[in-house]
Amino acid sequence: MAVSAVADKLRVDMIECRAHGVCAEVAPELVALDEWGYPILADGAVPASLAKHARRAVTLCPRLALSLVPTDRRR
Amino acid sequence: MTEPRYRYRGLTQAPTAVDAPPTGAGYPVAQPTGAEHSVAAPSRYAEVPPRLLAGWLRTNAPAGLAEHARDHGPLPIGAAPWLVEAITQAGLRGRGGAWFPTGRKLATVAANGAKAGGAYVIVNGAESEPAAAKDKLLLRVVPHLVLDGAELAALAVGAREVTVCVHRGVGLLPVLRAAVAERAAGGWGAGVKLSVVESPNWYISSESTALANFVNGGPGKPRSVSAYRDGVKGKPTLVSNTETYAHLALIARHGADWFRQAGTAASPGTWLVTLSGAVRRPGVYEVPVGVSAADVLKLAGGASEPWQAMLLGGYGGAWLPAGETMAQPLTPESRDVLGCVPGAGVLFGLAAGACGLAETVRVAGWLAAQNARQCGPCFNGTPAIVDDLARLTWGRDRQAWDRARFRMAMVNRRGACAHPDGVVQLVNTALHVFAADVAEHLARGGCPGLSQRPLLPIPAVPSPDQGWR
Repeated sequence: MAVSAVADKLRVDMIECRAHGVCAEVAPELVALDEWGYPILADGAVPASLAKHARRAVTLCPRLALSLVPTDRRR
Repeated sequence: MTEPRYRYRGLTQAPTAVDAPPTGAGYPVAQPTGAEHSVAAPSRYAEVPPRLLAGWLRTNAPAGLAEHARDHGPLPIGAAPWLVEAITQAGLRGRGGAWFPTGRKLATVAANGAKAGGAYVIVNGAESEPAAAKDKLLLRVVPHLVLDGAELAALAVGAREVTVCVHRGVGLLPVLRAAVAERAAGGWGAGVKLSVVESPNWYISSESTALANFVNGGPGKPRSVSAYRDGVKGKPTLVSNTETYAHLALIARHGADWFRQAGTAASPGTWLVTLSGAVRRPGVYEVPVGVSAADVLKLAGGASEPWQAMLLGGYGGAWLPAGETMAQPLTPESRDVLGCVPGAGVLFGLAAGACGLAETVRVAGWLAAQNARQCGPCFNGTPAIVDDLARLTWGRDRQAWDRARFRMAMVNRRGACAHPDGVVQLVNTALHVFAADVAEHLARGGCPGLSQRPLLPIPAVPSPDQGWR
């Protein structure tokens, strides 16, 4: 498995998101939903134990709105 | 599945103003005649003469190219190669609301532009704050100073084109087109192509990515990608406020040290404050950064009625209590004390008898109605927060306070742009500053000020079928 120098965090493109909620189903430890069904992401780096779930959530997003980005990226 | 904590939908729009003061055409506020600047100001500030408005205060007439050349000298094209450096040393911060260091922005766009094979420059003159008039004033009275700044910035970041964006129905398009023609006829310029367009009047359309999106042929809605990376025609695009370019044009002529003779160490220079509300002489005032609200008010002949609170920054700004806060320096570095940065220079004094909650409902409702219908937390959350506040204000709804607080925490910083954050800041500071009113409204269902006519201007919202072009 590739090891990156900077750990990754989840990022959502809120303009693309349509509240399908797949991310929260796949990675409930990392994603909660607000009262309208839009994702609230856990702060900070995705722990190694959840990396697989995070990647799966990214892959399964029907809008391709979810991504993993380096934690030092601002938005 | 557990039910969401708050299953609650209600009004999507706050009660609107019945007879809002007319706005949109011309300036919402009177202009100072110049005498104000000789009124006894605190000694430290009396020494700083106006810079951007000096000519206007002297002649009371807009400066054509001849007057501009006489007042400011030739366009310092030779300054372009060191302009980024000079602006950085001058410590200029953007005057559009965020107070971001302009030198850093220029350097970013220049670096990105070098990689992308060119950059683009937008002058944000689409002043959408209803209580602000300073950009409209600058574009009308010193258009050449603004255009000089834009041309110099274009040279500095490697752009060959500048587009000036202004609102519709404010009469600025012909003014600026005439100024551009005058420059062409007079051989004044740096070889940069200048154009002027009217962008949509939506509040959110003057956000930087929205403006770049519009100039690029798209809707005037924000994007997720920064304009500094990918803006007009795929080029990194510098989007800055009108006033910022005017300061830039002066720094190019007089240097960083001159610029730093006014203002604070962290935020040098002068800035334009649009003062309105319970004020003897409302208007646009040029003051050094670092003056307090009390200082500005003194220049304007004082309050016409006692203030209970003031709105600082703009409609996405913050309510502050009158009283001790009036003596605080209005600077981005005193953000912790003020609760916000000074934003786009709006300073509105709320008279003691008015209802701050009702004012906030109308303003926040106006903001919420102008979300771009793009980000779920914003287009769901901002009307819901306004609805909560309206129920608190008119409806004796005790749960509405909790609900508003919960939703504000939920919505804050979750949009692609800062629009929801502005609504949250406005409502959150209102709940704090008008806490005593909240208690009174909950106990009695209102206050004597509730039936007063609205004070903060609420312009008509563009109709959705007008679209975003």
